[in-house]
Amino acid sequence: MAELSNSVPVTRKNMSFGIQRLRTIKIIVVYGLLLGLSILFIMPFMWMVSTSLKLSQDVFSYPPSFLPIVDGQLSLNWDNYPKGWTVLPFNTYLRNSLIVTLSNVIGNLISCSVVAFGFARLRARGSNVLFLMLLATLMIPREVTIVPRFLLFQKMGLINTLWPLILPAWFGFPFFIFLLRQFFMSIPRDLDEAARMDGANTLQIFLRIILPLSGPALASVAIFAFIGNWSNYLDPLIYIRSQSLYTLALGLNLFRGVNLTAFNYLMAVSIITLIPVLVIFFLSQKLFVQGVQLTGMGGR
Amino acid sequence: MPIQKADKLAKREAREFYLFVLPWIIGLILFDFGPIVASFVIGLTDWSLLETPKFVGLQNYVEMFNDPLFFTALGNSAYYGFFSVGLGLVVSFSLALLLNQKVLGMSLFRTIFYLPSVVSGIAVALLWSNIFHPDFGLLNTMLGWIGIKGPGWLSSPVWSKPSLILMSLWAAGGSMVIYLAGLQSVPTHLYEAAEIDGAGPWQKFKTVTVPMMSPVIFYNLIVGIIASLQNFVLVLIMTQGISSQPGGPANSTMMYGLYLYLNAFTFLKMGYASALAWVLLIIIINITAMQFRLARTWVFYEGEAKN
Repeated sequence: MAELSNSVPVTRKNMSFGIQRLRTIKIIVVYGLLLGLSILFIMPFMWMVSTSLKLSQDVFSYPPSFLPIVDGQLSLNWDNYPKGWTVLPFNTYLRNSLIVTLSNVIGNLISCSVVAFGFARLRARGSNVLFLMLLATLMIPREVTIVPRFLLFQKMGLINTLWPLILPAWFGFPFFIFLLRQFFMSIPRDLDEAARMDGANTLQIFLRIILPLSGPALASVAIFAFIGNWSNYLDPLIYIRSQSLYTLALGLNLFRGVNLTAFNYLMAVSIITLIPVLVIFFLSQKLFVQGVQLTGMGGR
Repeated sequence: MPIQKADKLAKREAREFYLFVLPWIIGLILFDFGPIVASFVIGLTDWSLLETPKFVGLQNYVEMFNDPLFFTALGNSAYYGFFSVGLGLVVSFSLALLLNQKVLGMSLFRTIFYLPSVVSGIAVALLWSNIFHPDFGLLNTMLGWIGIKGPGWLSSPVWSKPSLILMSLWAAGGSMVIYLAGLQSVPTHLYEAAEIDGAGPWQKFKTVTVPMMSPVIFYNLIVGIIASLQNFVLVLIMTQGISSQPGGPANSTMMYGLYLYLNAFTFLKMGYASALAWVLLIIIINITAMQFRLARTWVFYEGEAKN
């Protein structure tokens, strides 16, 4: 290589010029693709916002316009949001969603961290088999268990209450247990041993050493639990009958059922229900990505 | 007696272990293993919840083989699973490769691609029903700009499944993040070594990137296929009102999970639904086992190379 460049300096100069040009082309292509794809990925969101701001009669104007434009002027009907929200008792649905989601977040945080600590730090005969079983349950499709689960809650007299949506969270969730266990394992054992020397018992080690050091992992669990339950549709659909117990997901579907053409209101309310998710996402994006990468799982 | 003391400590640790994992063990029995066993038993009965279950032996499984809709659902799920997972892999991997080019504003682009996979559920299902609207939807509006008259999407038996697949690709950012992390952890010295051997970009991709990423790809394939088999809630929402029952038009979006759900909670055929659940469980176990066996031929684990 060195010999070549010494003997034919002109060629080398040409070559590096060529490489330079290739690089520029590559950069243009990469940015072009990224920009184009970004627009494609954002488009549905833009359409959602645009539709939510249109007048009812313009949702079905033909040909459809991308922006909420009437007679060449932008008409942004922000009052679609309060109007849509009050067509049905969405405040009640919001309350129910909050009860279910927050109970799940708290339940999952407590139960999963306790169980994960057991798996990460305590040895016992059979613990490896149990851990393999935990991983196996990650693979079980929930369809396999929906019928017996329903029958179980029916036996307990809990159909048409919020309990079937809340109770399971207090018995651990395999994905979160796995995530927390991986994180706990990364905390040096020396800390445990030092605390034990000072006379701390196992529970104290869990509460005073492990938990305070696991902020990011616990936050990831809280975020996943929040988002997973906030948008859960199937369980409320199976267990809830009365509209006074409807969650936002059921409320949205009811809204669609009673008013098939009110796309603008429907999109406005949909956006409102997405706001908590978006806020959490933007506040904690780093944690989010870390949580996904820690376990190699892209949410649920 | 130090041995006895150690023994006592080990016993105490074991007791504490079981105390700590107790909530999950109860949950496992109550919500997973119990139901799986119960499912099998209920699958041997004819039961509409309203009267007492009637034992029918393997009748439900025989019925399945004579039920054309069972095979339709199976085929639809296979079609959807194959294309959504396959194309999803291509899209998310390509996005990760693009983002791995050390571009400026990488985190902004990552946010844009990742965001759709975070929002899910009914709001997104309703949004896409709107996008797919044959006359007033975004998709056909955009196709109209370039002079193409788009199909009926969800209301067309031919296009309904491709519509669902297209929608699933919008959420490809979820696995993109995982691939991106994987790409960033491929040691640069491997690329340098390949360059010294005279490898071009394509060869570097083929001989370094793909083998190093194969465990991540493998993992995502398993998770993706299982998820695609379960993914019927969106279909349930989006195909309401298109025909008399969800899964239309002409049962073209009748997914396996959806058929199971309808049998259980709409037709109240608890026995048949439970039998369907068991068949699904067996299918998933087999697919996973098959993938593990296939994996030996193409998945490369770094630790193995040292032997």
